[in-house]
Amino acid sequence: MRTIDAAEITRAVRDLYMTCNYEVREDYRQALEKARTTEASPLGRQILGTMLENYKIASTERSPMCQDTGFPVVFVELGHDIRVEGDIKDAIQEGLRQGTKQGFLRGSLVRDPLTRAPNTGDNTPGVIHFDLVPGDKLKIDVLAKGGGSENKSRLYMLKPNDGIDGIKNAVRETVSLAGPDACPPFVVGVGVGGTFDKCAELAKKALMRKIGSANHDPIADKLEKELEVELNKLGVGPQGMGGSTTAVAVFVETHPVHIASFPVAVNIQCNANRHKGTVL
Amino acid sequence: MIRREADHVVVTPPLTDEEILELRAGDPVRITGTLLTGRDAAHKRLNELIMKGAPLPVDVKGQIIYYVGPTPPKPGQVIGSAGPTTGGRMDSTTEPLLRMGLKGAIGKGERGASMREAFKKYRAVYFGAIGGSGAYLAKRITAQEIVAYPELGTEAIRRLTVEEFPVVVINDAHGADFYEEGRRKYAKT
Repeated sequence: MRTIDAAEITRAVRDLYMTCNYEVREDYRQALEKARTTEASPLGRQILGTMLENYKIASTERSPMCQDTGFPVVFVELGHDIRVEGDIKDAIQEGLRQGTKQGFLRGSLVRDPLTRAPNTGDNTPGVIHFDLVPGDKLKIDVLAKGGGSENKSRLYMLKPNDGIDGIKNAVRETVSLAGPDACPPFVVGVGVGGTFDKCAELAKKALMRKIGSANHDPIADKLEKELEVELNKLGVGPQGMGGSTTAVAVFVETHPVHIASFPVAVNIQCNANRHKGTVL
Repeated sequence: MIRREADHVVVTPPLTDEEILELRAGDPVRITGTLLTGRDAAHKRLNELIMKGAPLPVDVKGQIIYYVGPTPPKPGQVIGSAGPTTGGRMDSTTEPLLRMGLKGAIGKGERGASMREAFKKYRAVYFGAIGGSGAYLAKRITAQEIVAYPELGTEAIRRLTVEEFPVVVINDAHGADFYEEGRRKYAKT
């Protein structure tokens, strides 16, 4: 049994939350570099250039790439053979609090959604997903999820016989409706199966996959590749001003499902693609 | 003031109806001068005042409002990151401000069909800035002051001084929509 101090978790979360706001995901940045050479629209290429310049400024000056510094979503994989000294939930929230203050991030959460007040001021409470896994490691991933792209994400309760075409229509419709509002080029996370709630979690989890990596499921892998081609025919383009780069990746995560159900969730990730992880 | 250069249009508020009519969807624009800021909370308050016939804390006549909620400035910075937020959220609260003489808004994302009509009717334009590029856009802001509702924090109404602030005309006062045109041009069915 390995012991880990809660303060170490706090420091890790603080650093991940700050750093992910300053440094765009490297695989995504490279995808935009590549898109800049293939984008059909001259204005689109110019916009991609501005986005890349923005990432450079943010990283060099340690300034948030986007003023919406995101709703923190934390995925934790806790090994069975590890014992946390202290309260792990409090430790994570404290990390987000410190990251917001020390990192000059914007407070973007209100305590009560019914009254829309008050602003919590420190981006707590973040959403935490825990998973228990074998081993003695603690894996933490922090996503800073912007409101603009989250607002355009959707969940469909399809019918089992809607099949692969049903998934494709749902993804195409979501991305088309998201358009300029959600700040393309996108990474699109698709959850298929599970329950209403599980499906949405799958879609979010899918956003963490590395761009260019293959899906372990050959059917899902084929679906991802076909969807990427189809989405880039929509014409939305960089920042929605028209072009051939609407999505740089589509990731599908599946889960066993009820014989009567076919949930499909589509989570949109904007060009402020913020995600950092570490293993303690 | 509006001046057409070789590859962009220079815009400096305040703007007149005649100047607004010169702007066309798709025009690349650089704004130099002052902008007001406001997002959901400030719009709600301004609308309530207009409904009551009360004076506004800031004169919007001829002005451009930027939908932005900046991050706190780090020591030495004029302003923190300051990119546009989604314009569509302000659809239901924009028309009263246009009635008071507002001439433009800067955001990102589509406006509803009713807004397209409103921009035509009141001779105003909607500009799109690059969402997500808050660090880059902050470099074009040279001064800021809070002019109303400091208690709203990031949502307070500010007056920004900007230099060559880059935007594109999305909705002009003739009913055109550049997002729609752009998408149509590159869509492959």
